[in-house]
Amino acid sequence: MIEELTPFYTTIKDPEQTAQSIKTKGKKILGYLCSYAPEELIFAAGCHPMRLFSRKTEISLAENHLQAYCCSLVRGILEQGLSGDLNYLDGTVFPHTCDSIQRLSDIWRLNMDQAFFADVIMPAKLTTASARDYMKTVLNKFKTDLESYIGHPITEDDLAESIALFNRIRTRLDQIYTLKAEHPAVISGKDLFCVIKAAMIMDRNLLDTCLKDLLSALKNLPQKPGDPTRLILSGSVCDMPDLYTLVEDAGGAVVGDDLCSGQRWFQGLIPQDLPPMDGLTARYTDRVVCPAKHSGNFARAKALIDLVKAKKAQGVVFTLLKFCDPHAFDFPYLKECLDKEGIPSLHLEMDDQQTNSGQMTTRVETFIQMI
Amino acid sequence: MNDKATPKDPEKEKRKIKSAKKMRDIMTTYYMDALTARENNKTVAWITSGGPVEPLIAMDIIPVYPENHGAMIGASKMGEDLCIKAEDMGYSSDLCSYARADISCAVVNGGPLGGLPKPDMLICCNNICGTVLKWYEIQARHFNVPLFILDTPVCHSGYTKEIAAYVQNQIKEYVIFLETATGKPFDYDRIKTVGALALEGQKLWQKVLKTTAQRPSPMSAFDAFFFLALIVTLRGTQTAVDFYTQLLKEMEERVEQGISIVPEEQHRLLWDNLPVWYNLKWLSQKFSDHNACPVADTYTSAWCSAIQYIDANDFLGSMAEAYTRIYLNIGVDQMADQVLGMIQFYGVDGFVMHSNRSCKPYSFGQMDIMNIVREKTGIPVLMLEADMVDPRNFSLSQADTRIDAFMEIIKQKR
Ligand code: SF4
Ligand code: SF4
Ligand code: SF4
Repeated sequence: MIEELTPFYTTIKDPEQTAQSIKTKGKKILGYLCSYAPEELIFAAGCHPMRLFSRKTEISLAENHLQAYCCSLVRGILEQGLSGDLNYLDGTVFPHTCDSIQRLSDIWRLNMDQAFFADVIMPAKLTTASARDYMKTVLNKFKTDLESYIGHPITEDDLAESIALFNRIRTRLDQIYTLKAEHPAVISGKDLFCVIKAAMIMDRNLLDTCLKDLLSALKNLPQKPGDPTRLILSGSVCDMPDLYTLVEDAGGAVVGDDLCSGQRWFQGLIPQDLPPMDGLTARYTDRVVCPAKHSGNFARAKALIDLVKAKKAQGVVFTLLKFCDPHAFDFPYLKECLDKEGIPSLHLEMDDQQTNSGQMTTRVETFIQMI
Repeated sequence: MNDKATPKDPEKEKRKIKSAKKMRDIMTTYYMDALTARENNKTVAWITSGGPVEPLIAMDIIPVYPENHGAMIGASKMGEDLCIKAEDMGYSSDLCSYARADISCAVVNGGPLGGLPKPDMLICCNNICGTVLKWYEIQARHFNVPLFILDTPVCHSGYTKEIAAYVQNQIKEYVIFLETATGKPFDYDRIKTVGALALEGQKLWQKVLKTTAQRPSPMSAFDAFFFLALIVTLRGTQTAVDFYTQLLKEMEERVEQGISIVPEEQHRLLWDNLPVWYNLKWLSQKFSDHNACPVADTYTSAWCSAIQYIDANDFLGSMAEAYTRIYLNIGVDQMADQVLGMIQFYGVDGFVMHSNRSCKPYSFGQMDIMNIVREKTGIPVLMLEADMVDPRNFSLSQADTRIDAFMEIIKQKR
């Protein structure tokens, strides 16, 4: 492993440690649940935005608040919250997206004692001018909430600076993804996933530097030969490094993704020629949607097929968490659209608490051989 | 149905709610109208149960409710078959069974009516869940018809001015959508009349529901589930107002004469979440055998909970707030407050919560409500695992034992 990857691995190994060290610099840590959280505002407020992932632990405390037919991500995060594992958080931000996160927000507010709590109740449909106007008022309201928490206003300069930083981070991530798509062997899927995951956790200034270093290191690596079967992952959060390895062991490579723990999270730059709040509004309204949002009846299929073509992928693996309604509703239609285009796909139902099973290995292997 | 063959039990006859037949007739006529709409050059819109139907009525568009149809499918025990068909189409068995049943119905023309009339447009209001958003996208693609989404942001801890402005704007867009879809101008006079009838209907429905605060209760929550169909499907019409006037009168008479629905009502219960449609009779009998009556529920009252936000003089203008601040679109703590209010108002001795696998926005948060209720009232709470339409998620024997145990506790508490 190249040394430029070390900071990313250190981060994901112990997010709490990362949080503690950021705290010593006097920053407040605000956790968030879903890729719709406006991180740029959190950062501009001098706080640290940190994405919460569920951990692969037994669920016991969350059992008293959420039934077993709730997705493992939401249950897992609640479990961590209730067990005190997230006590380093100063607050949590809940964008409105799926029904499960919607109710988790209530449960969190009622059961967790944190200095800061905010619902960012964004529009569910993003196709109209009124939705765009509303998006702007919601972002403004969140800004005000943050300001009253930190006790001073967020200046235009702070915001512009934050936006520039996030745009830079996103551009670098996109470059790494592009590199991976061009030369799949340059970085393993497992490593790339680690980078993305860490990018949602670590100090953003540090991240910017680390990504820059990583990018130049990768560019200087000798090119390895190889002609893997090119795959795209599609779903919500795919927190299974094993899957990437499994794909590679079977002769494949993940060359792109439609995940909110991947491209869907970092895609879409904030227009810097607009006033900052307008730029943010534009980004959060126009970014590639997840199925919890509506941007037309055909938007997701189109985005997925475009992605497959852009990355010259040969197949799609749907990695869907069990009990995830929005993704489960879109699956049959997305599959049908892929079928029509002659793009093979595989449906994997996963659970955060469960690790790779032999059955999954066989299915992935068979799928790759079939292509 | 065959009245002559079986001798009538006078005791049972006395308890029967007479208005039920009238209601069945009205619903039959309504569905006949809807099913023959095309022949009669009428326009059909599918709409979610929490959606604003009044503008449709004002435009002479026939509203059709897939969820009401879903309830019929469940009650006629056709749910399992249709749900399996949807699963064969690739829809996960973890999805809402109303949606699953409707999606396959649209393809195979199944269900008790042989399929719903095809829609000319779809109206989706997400004040009940995110499921309807996905479901209506699917149907919009299937039928290739325009979809209007009324996006009502969740009021976790209040109706903010941001939300108000957004939804008010969308009410205007809704009107424009209907004008475009029908090619007719919107009738602003007519909506006043329709709005007034809708408000009156809701007030009557609320009065009907409140009669069960009397002891013994003239009807049960399970009867309310049945009588709900009209306030959902024909809200804003004279038919609904007339029917509920009659139903209210019947309830008041029953109260006066001491006619109860459960012969020896001793224990009163509150029900939470949607009914278990395919087992409603069994459940009803089960509670009755324990001399218990589920007198109220959190579900049927959702169709009158917005009364306080409706401005009778400006129905269209107040619609945004009324449709946004409904039971499922508020925070869990606010839901718990309403539950506590009902426990007190109806004087219940126990709380039965249907943990409904189909409905995540209704079911998640229930456990917190349960804890609040236990803490604040001390009444016993039972959580029953089931699903409103898909019987595969319901174990009768388990429910049987658990209800017995629950009722034992209530009896001991007296
Ligand atoms: S899939 Fe959508 S709603 Fe779910 S966590 Fe990702 S961005 Fe959020
Ligand atoms: S996995 Fe699905 S249900 Fe769970 S939080 Fe993400 S979008 Fe919501
Ligand atoms: S039952 Fe629940 S999930 Fe299904 S449509 Fe109704 S509110 Fe939505």
